[in-house]
Amino acid sequence: MTATSGSTAIAHKPALWTRLPIVHQVRQSVGLQRGMLVAGLVITGVFVLSAIFAPLIAPYGYSQLRGDNGPFGAQQPPGADHLLGTTVGGYDVLSRVIWGAQTALFVIVVAVILSIFAGVLLGLVSGYFGGWLDRVLVVVCDAVYAFPSLLLAIVMSIAISGGRSGLLAGVFAAAISITVVFIPQYFRVIRAETVRIKSEAFVESAQVLGASNSRIMFRHVLRNATRTLPLIFTLNSSEAILTLAGLGFLGFGIEPTAASEWGYDLNKSISDVTSGIWWTALFPGLAIVLTVLGITLVGESLNDLADPRLRGRRAVGKSSGTVAETSVVPGGTLDAVPGGIDGLESGHGSADGDLATEPEGRS
Amino acid sequence: MTDVLTIDGLGVSFATDAGAVKAVDGVSLQVAPGEVLAIVGESGSGKTVTAKTILGLLPETATENGAVILRSRDGQSESDIVALTKAELRQVRGRDVSMVFQEPSTALNPVYTVGWQIMEGIRAHGQVGRAEAKAKAIEILGRVGIPDPEVRVDYYPHQFSGGQKQRVVIAMALVLNPGLIVADEPTTALDVTVQAEILDLLRTVRDDFGTAIVLITHNMGVVADLADRVAVMYQGKVVEEADAHTLFTAPTNSYTKSLLAAVPHVGQGIERAAERARARPAGWAEQAPVVQAENLRIQYPGRLGRPGFVAVDDVSFSIRPGEVLGLVGESGSGKTTTGRAIAGLTRVTGGSLRVLGHEMNGFHERAFKKVRSEIGFVFQDPASSFNPLLTIAECVAEPLVVHGRAANPAAARGRVDELLEAVQLPRAYGNRYPHELSGGQRQRASLARALALEPSLLIADEPTSALDVSVQASVLELFAELQREFGFAALFISHDLAVIDILADRIAVLYRGRLVEEGTGAEVLGAPKDPYTQRLLASLPVPDPAEQALRRQELERLRAAG
Amino acid sequence: MTTAAAAPQTGEARPARRKRAPGGGLGRYILVRFLLIIPTIFILVSMVFWLMRTTGDPITAALGGRLGAAQLAQRIHEAGYDRPILIQYFEYIGKVFTGDFGTTLSTNQPVTTVLVTYGAATAELAFYALIVAFIVGIPLGMVAAYWRDRATDATLRVFAILCYATPVFFSGLLFKLVFSIWLGALPVAGRASTRSELTLQSLPNQTGVYLIDAIRTGNGAIITDVLVHAILPALALGLLTAGVFLRLVRTNVIGTLGTEYVDAARSRGVREFRLVSKHAYRPALIPIITVIGLQIALLLGGAVLTETTFEWKGLGFMLAEFLKARDFVAVQGIVALLAVIVALTNFIVDIIAALIDPRVRY
Repeated sequence: MTATSGSTAIAHKPALWTRLPIVHQVRQSVGLQRGMLVAGLVITGVFVLSAIFAPLIAPYGYSQLRGDNGPFGAQQPPGADHLLGTTVGGYDVLSRVIWGAQTALFVIVVAVILSIFAGVLLGLVSGYFGGWLDRVLVVVCDAVYAFPSLLLAIVMSIAISGGRSGLLAGVFAAAISITVVFIPQYFRVIRAETVRIKSEAFVESAQVLGASNSRIMFRHVLRNATRTLPLIFTLNSSEAILTLAGLGFLGFGIEPTAASEWGYDLNKSISDVTSGIWWTALFPGLAIVLTVLGITLVGESLNDLADPRLRGRRAVGKSSGTVAETSVVPGGTLDAVPGGIDGLESGHGSADGDLATEPEGRS
Repeated sequence: MTDVLTIDGLGVSFATDAGAVKAVDGVSLQVAPGEVLAIVGESGSGKTVTAKTILGLLPETATENGAVILRSRDGQSESDIVALTKAELRQVRGRDVSMVFQEPSTALNPVYTVGWQIMEGIRAHGQVGRAEAKAKAIEILGRVGIPDPEVRVDYYPHQFSGGQKQRVVIAMALVLNPGLIVADEPTTALDVTVQAEILDLLRTVRDDFGTAIVLITHNMGVVADLADRVAVMYQGKVVEEADAHTLFTAPTNSYTKSLLAAVPHVGQGIERAAERARARPAGWAEQAPVVQAENLRIQYPGRLGRPGFVAVDDVSFSIRPGEVLGLVGESGSGKTTTGRAIAGLTRVTGGSLRVLGHEMNGFHERAFKKVRSEIGFVFQDPASSFNPLLTIAECVAEPLVVHGRAANPAAARGRVDELLEAVQLPRAYGNRYPHELSGGQRQRASLARALALEPSLLIADEPTSALDVSVQASVLELFAELQREFGFAALFISHDLAVIDILADRIAVLYRGRLVEEGTGAEVLGAPKDPYTQRLLASLPVPDPAEQALRRQELERLRAAG
Repeated sequence: MTTAAAAPQTGEARPARRKRAPGGGLGRYILVRFLLIIPTIFILVSMVFWLMRTTGDPITAALGGRLGAAQLAQRIHEAGYDRPILIQYFEYIGKVFTGDFGTTLSTNQPVTTVLVTYGAATAELAFYALIVAFIVGIPLGMVAAYWRDRATDATLRVFAILCYATPVFFSGLLFKLVFSIWLGALPVAGRASTRSELTLQSLPNQTGVYLIDAIRTGNGAIITDVLVHAILPALALGLLTAGVFLRLVRTNVIGTLGTEYVDAARSRGVREFRLVSKHAYRPALIPIITVIGLQIALLLGGAVLTETTFEWKGLGFMLAEFLKARDFVAVQGIVALLAVIVALTNFIVDIIAALIDPRVRY
């Protein structure tokens, strides 16, 4: 199973660009799977671009209340001056939606980077050495993992900023709050992978040789254990956005003068909805939904493509193709076609061990 | 035409990541009622794909052409599997043809009772009452030799042993009395003594139920034991087809010949071992042993105060310099555990185990590290024995770097190339990644890595059990050659007496953690004293139908006696 | 998953070893699993305590701007917040284990009273949401697995992702906008209309679960009123969870559909639909239930947001109110209490999962 993603690429040494992570997967996918992956990539691309180029795209600043013709006015319906209307606080909805992407991206990047480092290191050490440290860390992380992430983020944000949100500190507080929620997730995944890889023959082989623990951990285990990271990364990014929005909705996000945040705007629009003003709620909400949708589509597609049992393939014509000459002695078995002939002949198709493809599977 | 199965010009292609791959090409076969047709071949020969086609069980990535004509037992109806609709196919499955799978523990649903699972098959074909279906299930369980079927019918699969599970799987296949059973490697996952019992059962199925069997296997001994007729497949084609007797005595195809020649026979190595013993210098036996186990006991740690599983108990043996000890046993015998303990991968909990003068009971890694350069280890699974992210050269250089013989993998490349040549791999393979090599090539590279530091002790844990028989033969030959050249002592672990016999100077037989017999090949295989060894030896099918028939009688006698 | 851990690492398990005395394995499992709750609760409660208290005492946080320094110091001294933090910690842990989660600053009532008063509402909402999630998530997950990689499957997957990607407060607002404001078909917020609430609150020994209380009044209008109020919050929270369930069922059923025992059943002529609904679904249920247990956290987190959106006066609504009032004693108490609830539900779910698995049962 280890040879799945790279196998085809090396078979005929295609151009370098086709072996780049995402490009390779897009080329590998077919039909609906490709559709979902491409749709996800497009949405994610739009999100990232609008985050980066927010100052150029947005018609106004996120905290701007007045333009050349005086104040914007509150709760203005969509029109020529304000394409998506204005909020109850008198901000331009479109501008705040675009600037909100920047805040979300910033929080994702900070949260994910921080939690990856902490989680991977802890998971690696804990899974490799086992023992008491491992048991304690597992119990702690399981406890934290099972706990509502939103509540934990609230508590964290109280601890960091005392519940008050200043300028950039507010964004950092949100990011760090989310980090704490994610560390157990990375920990669990990396630990499970480490424990699995530890019992593989190549690690035992290094042990028999007398290689030092640090050499085994970093040369043999780490790189093999982190293969699933891009997948968890996408899943966590979407969760980070939702948690950030939840914090903002409960009033623990970022003040409108500090940055634009979708959850905060939604909170302010609750009363608008009751009076039938829809534009203040709809657009920031849609921004959240689309962004999470895009990132999750990418993540799920990558997950499917990484698993030969879930990956779709083009249909073949009747009896086309050549008989694989590599099948017996000289060139090896048909390892290169997971799930195809190899899967049938060896009968190793059992999926007992990896039913849950997500970090949720507990042991 | 009264054949139950006629395959005509069958071709099967698969959609894979690398494009279309043809697995079966122009295969034509017939199976007569009550006949056992064995389809033999190595991995990638297309034998399993052929078998799955008979039941229409190929995945959606497959495309078939040709015809697979199946007739019902009474000869009333016939259908072409390739052309059937899904609903028609479902009607045929179980009623006219059914399947016995390789791994009984995965072929049974763990969360349903075996009775329920048998009844599912009955009730999928017509309105049958619950009580009636259950009565049928009990009856069929009794007929395949499950004791107390009235009680066992309500058991879950995990409550049966491996051999019993396979009986249950056979019962499921038989319950609607189909004219044909496709048995895909039905004994490969089982121990050799259990294999003999299942083969007996399949013989009963043919004789008493009159069921024809398509037997898919790679094991020539199994073919000789059970088959009436044999088809040899190679690269998707049938290269030879003959009745069993003719095929084994007078094979015509060159591939068949080489395949038969590659099958290890018990007794092959006795002569060679005796020769080696004669060539030993005087005083050789007085040398200090490389490995000495005395009343060795290994118990795995239990969970939460429960006593752990005792894998090895009261085992004593020794390996002298340059000697190959073959350790043979079935699953659960503790043979792998013993090997791992010698390499310091598993803790010794009792008795004494001295490896190269170092006591392993209560050993400390730091003190043992120097000894490690003297030990090489070859693992069973070629798929996982190399770090998939490192090239073969980097992997082989690893021991040299770890023990300071080279600064980095690049500096060790010269030595690595020598080693690759020693194991008969082209130097250029050093630049490849492990998954670009075949199983046999990986095991060669694994040998190269194990020998990099020229160790005085090599532990080989089932190094050939995952390989095809022809590949196995060449790897075993290489092993013998290297052993002659480097002169290391070796512990060779295998479940296969015939493989052990080829290489070992002495043979030790483990049974449930205990050493039941030890001696030279001539002693252990020629005149086994322990009843278990006798049974083990008699259970091993030989690739010769006539001789195998005699051995079967011998096994009958042993079973009756013991 | 729990049984596999007991096998020796070499894979040379003897079949006889797997047979256990009936019930023995299960009893032990329940005991061990139960004992694990204690460290879990301890860790969470401690974590909440330390995090909440690193920034200072709750009185300064709540009243800092409004009181003079001397008054503040006096209040802090009275409440004992000027003692060494370790002593406060041990005192707090001791109290928690006797069921005392502290007293709120803003309303001056024990946190446990808040729980008793508002817990029923949250439980009622969670119950409705779970019904929606099960009815929508599990059958659709099976349908998606059955039609995998077809258009039906792709549509359902996008639906599942949308369910998960839409924050409950946004879907709640949308539902409100469409069904309450534009269509005027359903109430905007609350658990019942004021008149029904008055009747319900006059009931002797009320349960706090409005549906049960309404049934006890025997008044059909009130029952309808209560149910109508529950529709939108239950949908908002239920669909969020349904999305997760759908994915979960789909992935796991596809996993078991690829196993040999399903192929074996297929080789005996069992219908495709039955393969999905029985042969593949039942074994998939064990990991599904375990993960569903973990979704209790998602459900509770979602409940906080749903209750705020719909002014559903439960624990989550109160939590948001206390957060606004900066009453961190109450927040700490409610969060700690929810930790206990999460730990207990996870325990129960794990036991159910074990009971379904015959390898543990026998």
